Amino acid sequence: MLRSSAAFLTKLITGTRPVWQGCDPACRERRVYFANHGSHLDFATLWATLPAEARERTRPVAAADYWNRNRFTRGIACGLFNALLISREGITRKENPITRMADALRQGESLILFPEGTRSLDGTVADFKSGLWHLAHAMPEVALVPVFLQNLNRVLPKGHVLPIPLLSTVVFGTPLPAVPGETKPEFLRRARTALTDLIPAGSFH
Amino acid sequence: MHWSSPETRQVILWIAGILLFFSILGRVLRFRVKSEKGLATVSNLIARVRAWWVMAGVIIGSLLGGRTATEIVFGLISLLALREFITATPTRRADHQALFLAFFAALPLQYWLVHTGWYGMFGILIPVYAFVLLPCLSVVRGDTQDFLARTARTQWGLMVCVYFISHIPMLLQLPFAPLPLGNAGLVLFLVVVTQGSDVLQYLWGKLCGKRKIAPNLSPGKTWEGFIGGVLSASLLGASLHWLTPCRPWQAFVIALMLCALGFLGGLIMSAIKRERGIKDWGTLIEGHGGILDRIDSLCFSTPLYFHIMSYCFGN
Repeated sequence: MLRSSAAFLTKLITGTRPVWQGCDPACRERRVYFANHGSHLDFATLWATLPAEARERTRPVAAADYWNRNRFTRGIACGLFNALLISREGITRKENPITRMADALRQGESLILFPEGTRSLDGTVADFKSGLWHLAHAMPEVALVPVFLQNLNRVLPKGHVLPIPLLSTVVFGTPLPAVPGETKPEFLRRARTALTDLIPAGSFH
Repeated sequence: MHWSSPETRQVILWIAGILLFFSILGRVLRFRVKSEKGLATVSNLIARVRAWWVMAGVIIGSLLGGRTATEIVFGLISLLALREFITATPTRRADHQALFLAFFAALPLQYWLVHTGWYGMFGILIPVYAFVLLPCLSVVRGDTQDFLARTARTQWGLMVCVYFISHIPMLLQLPFAPLPLGNAGLVLFLVVVTQGSDVLQYLWGKLCGKRKIAPNLSPGKTWEGFIGGVLSASLLGASLHWLTPCRPWQAFVIALMLCALGFLGGLIMSAIKRERGIKDWGTLIEGHGGILDRIDSLCFSTPLYFHIMSYCFGN
């Protein structure tokens, strides 16, 4: 109830329109959605545009240091969105974020990942951090779906707390095909290109 | 405008009858037309007519609901239009506060002024105070890239989507001698003539359009469509003169001006779309595009109509 209201409210504010360009919304496969990051609304919007049934088993991967700051942020991340909080620093063998993401995928959950690692200020897409590569190696059977989030960095830019009600678009691309023998930088570059290729013609930042 | 008056029921029945005619026409054409291009046109026609039922229902429903209901409905139309306008025109992070105030202060305040009937402030809130204050909020952020263009876009959005549109519910505040449908008749005249002009231009263009009038801006518009549509919509206006305090010939001239301005307004909004490389403002109304695609001609004709009515015919 609370979660479906949150999804409705998010869609109302961000006026979002999903474009299923390269994959089927109804498909029940496990997926890692990887998207560009420019706003606190990114995760909630991507999540809200999924079909209700897929929403229930899709978790965002978020930075523990940021969302564990206080009870309120922790309540939103873990209580409302069932986020998988991972540490960005001090990675130990026991607390390895890749292991925890792989565990969640093995339990049949899908994940939402922002491989740039932080929110962009101007809407450009930064180079990807290597987590996506390690995750792809740990779980090669999971579909990696690029998702381009358009305009959310204008709805709620980094450093602001009040959103303006502009219209946004969520473009779902084709899952990344596996390329054997690819090096890490090659893979990350290919993943980033798959994402930026989804930017609609005539769009701006 | 009350359901109990026979004139109101008559107008509503006419509008419903015309829409019903096009609904049936669409169904008939779907069976008759065979070519692929023809079928695309017919399904677009059916989608458009379906959207017209909703739009006519919303406008008439709000007018039947009274002054406050009309103000709320046009306030929401302004909000959705501004949303489409700002979405399509580039602004930067430094404009966030200014845009927030445009949406959540300027817009509600303008409609609150309509509600209270404070005409002096209604006329200057956006052209003067928003003009002065919004760039102040952007400039302190120190981002100079495209500064004039960004500021102008926000101001234009407010003028077109909020200021102009807010003149429609303001018509309900004008002092007039009693009219058959009250002041709601003035709103109906404006909406039926301008929107009717769009529809008639489309129909005339489909029937006998040949010479393109503005191929760079709006490739679908032709001289035949323009002349046929504007003249027939003006005749429609003359026949609806009894909704207003005008004589038939006066209503014809006013309708002619509304249609001409509405046509140019449509071209202006098309020019902005072409510059931005988009085809439609949004996806809200099936067959039409966004709400701004539907009201673009209304935006530019509304202030003139308001002033003619208030200065030439008001008490």
